[in-house]
This record gives sequence, structure tokens and C-alpha cells, in this order.
Amino acid sequence: MITFLRILGGLVVAALVALLAIIYLPVRHTPPGQQLAADWTPAPGQGEYVAKMADCAACHTAPGGQPFAGGLAIASPMGTIYASNITPDAATGIGDWTLDQFRAALVDGVDDEGHRLYPAMPYENFRAMSEEDIRALYAYFTTEVPAVANEVTPTRLAFPFNQRWGIRLWDWVALAKPGFQPDAVAAADPQLQRGAYLVQALAHCGACHTPRTPFFSQDGLTADSAQFLTGGVLGNRPAPDLRGPDSAPQTWSADDLKALLTTGRNAHTSVSGDMALAVEDSLQYMTDADADAVVAYLRALNPKGGGSGSAETPVAVVVDRLDASTDATARKLAAGTDLTEGERLYMDNCAACHFTDGKGATEVFPPLAGNAIVQSGVTGGLLDTILYGAEMPSAAKRPERLRMPGFADRLSDQEVAELATFLRGAWGNTAGAVDAGAVASARVAGVPAN
Amino acid sequence: MARTNPKKDVVIIGLGWTGSILGMELADEGLEILALERGADRETVPDFAYPQMIDELRYGVRYGLFQKPRNSTLTIRRNLQETALPYRQLGSFLPGDGVGGAGVHWNGQTWRPQEVEWRLRSYVEENFGADIIPEDMTIQDWGVTYDEVEPYLTRFENVAGISGKAGNIKGVIQPGGNPFEGPRSTEYPMPPLVNTYDSVLFQQAAQAMGLHPFPRPSANASRAYVNEYGMQLGPCNYCGFCERFGCANYSKSSPQVCILDALKRRPNFSYRTNSEVLRIDKATDGKTATGVTYYDADAGEEVFQPADLVIVCAFSLHNVHLLLLSQIGQPYDPVAGTGVVGRNYSYQVLGGTNLFYREKQFNPFVATGSQGVSIDDYSISQIDFAKEGFIGGSYITCGHTGGRPITQISLPPNTAGWGAGWKQAVGDWYGRSLSIAAHGSNMSYRDCYLDLDPTYKDPHGRPLMRMTFDWKPNDIRMNQYMGDRIGAIADTMGADIVAASYMADGKQYDVRPYQTTHNVGGAIMGTDPATSAVNRYLQTWDCHNVFVMGASAFPQNTQYNPTGAVGGLAYWAANAIRSDYLKNPRPLM
Repeated sequence: MITFLRILGGLVVAALVALLAIIYLPVRHTPPGQQLAADWTPAPGQGEYVAKMADCAACHTAPGGQPFAGGLAIASPMGTIYASNITPDAATGIGDWTLDQFRAALVDGVDDEGHRLYPAMPYENFRAMSEEDIRALYAYFTTEVPAVANEVTPTRLAFPFNQRWGIRLWDWVALAKPGFQPDAVAAADPQLQRGAYLVQALAHCGACHTPRTPFFSQDGLTADSAQFLTGGVLGNRPAPDLRGPDSAPQTWSADDLKALLTTGRNAHTSVSGDMALAVEDSLQYMTDADADAVVAYLRALNPKGGGSGSAETPVAVVVDRLDASTDATARKLAAGTDLTEGERLYMDNCAACHFTDGKGATEVFPPLAGNAIVQSGVTGGLLDTILYGAEMPSAAKRPERLRMPGFADRLSDQEVAELATFLRGAWGNTAGAVDAGAVASARVAGVPAN
Repeated sequence: MARTNPKKDVVIIGLGWTGSILGMELADEGLEILALERGADRETVPDFAYPQMIDELRYGVRYGLFQKPRNSTLTIRRNLQETALPYRQLGSFLPGDGVGGAGVHWNGQTWRPQEVEWRLRSYVEENFGADIIPEDMTIQDWGVTYDEVEPYLTRFENVAGISGKAGNIKGVIQPGGNPFEGPRSTEYPMPPLVNTYDSVLFQQAAQAMGLHPFPRPSANASRAYVNEYGMQLGPCNYCGFCERFGCANYSKSSPQVCILDALKRRPNFSYRTNSEVLRIDKATDGKTATGVTYYDADAGEEVFQPADLVIVCAFSLHNVHLLLLSQIGQPYDPVAGTGVVGRNYSYQVLGGTNLFYREKQFNPFVATGSQGVSIDDYSISQIDFAKEGFIGGSYITCGHTGGRPITQISLPPNTAGWGAGWKQAVGDWYGRSLSIAAHGSNMSYRDCYLDLDPTYKDPHGRPLMRMTFDWKPNDIRMNQYMGDRIGAIADTMGADIVAASYMADGKQYDVRPYQTTHNVGGAIMGTDPATSAVNRYLQTWDCHNVFVMGASAFPQNTQYNPTGAVGGLAYWAANAIRSDYLKNPRPLM
């Protein structure tokens, strides 16, 4: 009995010591992955480019706010997190941070005072960032960006999420070894390595496109993990699978994939929601070589090496195309008799742009036939779009903010459900029905795009 | 009272087609540009979004997208003896309002004046003798030739994304196109729209008579399109809501769809809405402008906007009004025949024949603003003016622009205008007619002009502009000639009822029924400062840093819809500014 108590007592003490250690032991900062000369300076523009590729502005620039002055409220499952001010202002920004402190935030998720950052900051991915890029980014945010005095609302989550020490446990689960190590897909080829680096580290594609574990960590950070980039969920919207046999990189041509990433639209689809922001603020600025590298890596994720599907070159006028369509749905809609409610709603609200054959028009009206968002098991993307519309980003090569109007004011939950169910089964689409309850949820959850 | 803004390199008055084009061209020069638009901002979504835009009562009848006469109008009279009265209710023509201007509410018919039209007086004198020109007719050459402007006409058509079929590429006649057009450097950027049944019947009839039918050149896209700015058009779905409406579908070329999102990305370009320019301010020596004064409706105050270069891009009538108010150029005096500003206002001569068929259904609700078939066999270059006794010409055309229920139901003559008889007729005849129209030139005359009204003032206390205009025998004869030609075609088309409507002898201008918004002239271009307000580069003769775009530059009206020439001239003038004027600001002629 005494032995048992001693053992028990020992375990309690050990657990207490461990807990105290978890809470109070300072994190050991990851050292630089590469020793650069003390007088090393980044190439002109490198820091700004890294900031663009990492899309720092997406969180750290509030809508209508000064660049990188923080304040954006980010909804998370734990509560609202406020993005910090990362301008060189000493009092409210990061003007007094050392390079080591800056690096620690990016790769260890720890701020200048040793507080743990919430993983809304994707240090899970930035942990693979090269020392040169970190140095360039540091120079950019401490010397090039204008300082803005902006005291950001402190993040105050409810218990237990306000106990930031707990993130240390999460870090043990979530974090990989620091630095970039090419995965098996990228190992042999410098272009693929560059693409992998951009996808995994800077552009942090996995933050949305990789499914989450039960601990909310990304289920794989490189292609060596089977779940990497196999699709995630963002709010109520799907972030499509980028690896499966039906995924975009595995079915589209390289040019089409590049067009989507750099202009937000191509012959197959267009981006909306958070991906529209990623294109507008980040991906459109990729150098041509980097865009090609990203495309090459995404295509290489599949053993087949990517798809070749390119939409038809639009030589014919659209009316001729519609007249020639042999698709059963297209013929029924064109005949216009004995339409179901979903079909009628499509003709009255959608067919003007997306047409009876569901193919829309190259880069302008996204095709609905074969569309991943339309057929996703996560229906929020489709329902949000019907209810609140969508807007393509403005990119240098395609500046037009093409917008689809929302139909929330015009269609009831039941009508949207009928319409969505029709779309998911039309023109060879094979997804299941949507019920009015799902529409009601989306109507409440959705944020008007315009 | 007046606030003064920081100086800009360029101020643009009006953000429609020409303001957008000049904004884009001058933004490429790195200049700091501010565009001032009197109306509201407008974007496809939400302002033209489906289904709200498909509302004929609001937009087609109550003129939702047009200027309100209480804010801006002019006075009108028919001759020097009459007292002009304000145009209090929109009728004959409909000036647009807001960002995009008339480029929002047009139908999209995009033509080029024929080669001979650019040098009309010379052409008439050389071929028929100066003595056939009536004494009061003041037609003149434009000061530029078709060949000079052709690359810029092409550029505009490529930016706007025009669907059509060329009839003459570098001198080689193309089957299926208009053989009477000037030589084009290239084919249209998109193939033509598909014809509706009425235009197919017209095409067959014209073909059978040995005439030369071709598809109307259209700013309604036949398929998806990307222009040089990366801006995009979507394919038109033939909804029939073009004229008087903004396009819900990104299918009708407009500044919004073809230019503005690209222009808004330029950090050196900005624009203000609800900012009506009151006058262009001149330097004390009168040889340059120092900027403009505008009324900031949001702040409720006048603002002086200094600028090195002033580009006047308002609707043609407002361009002339601004020059008159700003005392740039000598106002035209019709009695003495001196002065230039306000000179040679002209309009458009229209007529048509409706053919009713008891057994045919045309489904007119399947329509676009500019789909259809035309012939140019009776155009200016094809008519012996000496023999026919008039100067001018028309294109003849067939094609529905819509089948809207309030204003687009065509009923046979002598049908009841209301009640049971009218209802019965609508049931019997909706969709059972086609229309063949003549769209013709209007010559300029000594006593058709624009000046400041002696009596009436606008809400800012400025004199309204006064229009003096009436139809003349020459143009009435031309219109009647077209009626005969259309009649001959209609006779072969087997209609049950034929109803023709052309000008009668002595016809006077009536401002009440809608005719067309192709108001041109008043600040005409040319090579002689005694007879033109702007030189061949659209630069005012008096103030070398003021350029005036738009149809106000036409010395007389062509037989075509004006937008093609307006867009081409904007690029032509922009090129002169960029390649020559900016390096050494001075009078270019």
C-alpha cells in the first residue's frame, strides 16, 4: 500500500513537474536552418515577394485598414482571433523584434515575449521556410513597410482555449521538423522542389486543402503523407481535393491550372470565397517560373503526372453550340416541356449565363457540368453561391471582377434546394440531393459576397 | 466657398466610353488622372443585375438610367423665329447618366462611316459639282481620312469586342460581308450573332433582288471574348433588354465590361462621381485652361480642380454646352455665319416599314440590340446625288431589338389604342410582324445649331443650352427615297399588311416621340479654325490643353450609329496626345 502510494505520489509529482515544465519552460527557439553571412542582404523586392507569396496581408491587413496593421477578426472553432500588427511600429507592431524573435514566430509559433501564437498563424507550414526568405521577410517588415500605430483588439478566447500553454501539446502533435525537406515527389527535380516549397511553405496550400486531424492539425505537410492536399473544409465551404484522380491538377492541362491560380478563372471553373482572396492578394503575383513550378508540382502529385483536359477553343458562336448539344439535360431544357421545379428554376434564374448545356462560357460563366464545387459533399460552397453570389478576383491579366448576383431574396429555401439538387444531377453530374434544412443553415451562415 | 483640390496632370470630364479610353491611354503615360462623373457609380452587379434590370416599366418607360430633365436639360426650337422652350419630358433623345454613360444603355450597333463620308464635301464637289449643295447646307470634310483613322477604328472594335463579318479586308471583298464598307485591316474580333427569323426572311428577299445583305456589326457578344486589357465579355443570350438597359450578362460592350476594372487597377487613375463640371477655367491670357470647376454634390460645394490637361468626354450636347459656358471658342452666329461653337448640330433621319403576317410567329422576345441583317446598297457611296436630288444615304436593316410588352408590341394601322379592341389586336398580332428600317444621314445647315438660351437657367444658375433644329427638304427627300426602296423589298415578302412610316414633305421636328440619341456636331472637327471648333486631333483651337471627344466632333451626321466613329476618334486623339502633344504641349495645328 505504501509502495503504491509512493508510486502514485511519484507519478503525481512527475505529472506536476511535467505540467509546470509545459507551462513555464521557455521554448527552445529553432536555430537558423542555414548560416548566412552577417552582411547578407536580400535581393531588392525579395521580402515583398515572399510576403505576397505567404499572403501575410490576407490576415494582417484588415479590410479598409492600413497594410499589415492587423485587426482583422478571424473566426475559428475556438472563438475570434484578432490578427496582429506586423508593421515596424515599436509600440503596437514588431519594430522592436529581433531576427531570432521574428524567426521564432514563423517557425515555432512563439511571439517576442514567449507567448504561444494560435495556429491561425500557419507556422505549421511556415516552419519549412528557408532562412533566406525569413531574413528577407524580416527586412521587409522591419524596414520597408511603413510603420502604423494601431493597437489591435487583444484575442480573448474562452477557457480552456485561453490557456495558451496547451498549444505546446498541440505543437508536439502538429509540427514537423523545421526546414524544407523535399518529399519523394519533388526529390529528383529542382523545379518540383521549388514548386513543393511554394505549395507547402509559403503559399501554405495545405492550410485549407489538407484535411484536419481530430486535433485540428493538418493531416500531412508533404506528399509523403497520403492525406496531404486531399481536400478540406473551410467554414461551410469545400476546399477541393488536389490529388485524387478527379481533381483539377489531375484532369486539367497545365495551362488551365496556371490560369486558375494566376487569374482566378479558366475554361473549367472560377475561384470564389477565400481562394478568390488568395488569387487577388497573392497568387496572381507569382513569377512565371514560380507559377510553372507550382503547377508542375501539383501535377506531379499524381502518378499519371497531371491531366491534359483543355476546354474547347471558343470558335463557334454559343447558339450553335447549344443547338448541337446531344446531352439529355440540355435537350430537355431546350425543349422546355414537363420540367421539374429544379429545371424550371434553372431556366428562370441561371440559364441566361450558364446555358442549357451547363457549360457556361470560357473564363466568364463557370461551367456547372462536372463542377467540383457543385458536386462536393460539402454543399455550403454551392448554396452560398446561389444565395449570395460570387465575385472573381481582379488580376493583372484578367482585371474584371465578374460577379454573379445572389438569389437569396428571390428563392426560398425549398426552391434553392430544388435547384441545387437539379444541378448536382444534371449533365452527367452525380451528387446527391440537398434538402431545405441545409439551405436554411447556409442562409444563416453565409456572408454576402457583394 | 470653393474648395481647391491638389493639382492633377489630367482631368477627364465624364466617365463613359471616351473618358474610359482616354483614362486608359493616358494612365499608360504615368500621368496622374482624375475623372469627374456627374452621375452615380454603376457596376454590372448590383446595378444591372438580373432579374431587377429586366423591368421595362422602370428602365424602358420611366428612363431609370437617364438624366432627369430637372437636373439637366436644354431648350429647343425649330427656327430662328420661334422662342425655345425647355425639353421638360424626355422624348426625342435620351442622354444617359452615370459611370459608363451612353455606353451602358445603347443597343450596340457599331459601324464605321464610309470612306467618302469622312470627306463628304470634297466627295460631293468632285463627283457631282458644288452647285448641287443647297445654299444653306454647311457640310464639310472631317479633316481626317478613313485611311488615317482605320487603325483606331479597328482598335476600338477590338477593345469593345464586336461581332460581325467583314466585307472588305485590305481591298479584297469578302463574301457575306458589306462590300460597300471601307477596307478593314482585319476581320471582326468575333463572328456575327445568329440571325432571328425576321432577319432571315429579309436576307432572303434582299439576296433575291441582287442586293448585298450582311450581318449587323454588333456589340452584343456572340461568344466569350477577352480584349487587350484582359477584360471579358460573356456570350449574349438574346434576352432583348439592350437599349435603355444595362446588360445583366456582361454581353453588351460597355466601359464597365471592356475597360473600367482594368483602369481602376491603375494607381495613377481615380474618379469621383456625383461631380458635375460647371465650367472649364481659363488662364488669364485665355490660351490654356487651368483646370475645371465642378459641383461636389456629396459635399454640397463648388471645387476647383487644377490640371495641366482637360479632356472633355461628356455626352456630345454637354460638350458643346461646357465650351459655350467656358467661352472656349467663338460662339456660332447663324445670321452672320461666323463663330464655331454650336455650329453644325445635326441629328439622324429615320423611317421604317412594318410587315404583318397572320400566319408567322417571330418570337420577338428572342432578340439583341444589334442582331439582324442590313444592306448598304443605298448608302452614301452608292447614290447618284445629282440624279436623285438629295445628298445623303441610309443603311436599311431588319432585326428585332426586343419583344417587350409595353413599348415593343407592333400593331397594324388603325388598331384601337386602348380597350377591348386593343387587347384583341395584341392577342392577334403580338410577334407577327417584322420591321425594315432606314437609318440615314442628316446634313448640317446654317440655321441648325446650338447656343446659350437667353431665358432659362439650370439648377447651378447657368444658362441652359438652346437647340435650333428642323428637318430640311434634302433630308426628307432622302428619307422618302429609302421608303420607296424598302417598299420594293417589302413587296416581295408576302406580308398580309404593310405599314410604312417616312417623312412627309414639310415635316417638322417633333421632340415628343423617341427617335434616336444620335445627336452630333456643335464642336466639330476640321482643319480651318474659321469653320471648326476643334482641329483634326480634337484639340480646341483656342486652348491647346483642352481636347473634346465624342460625336460633337461630327461635321454632319453619317448614315450610321455613331459609337464606332466616336471610339475610333478617341483612340486617334489619344495617340496624338501621347505621341506628340505631351512631349511639347502646344497647338498641334
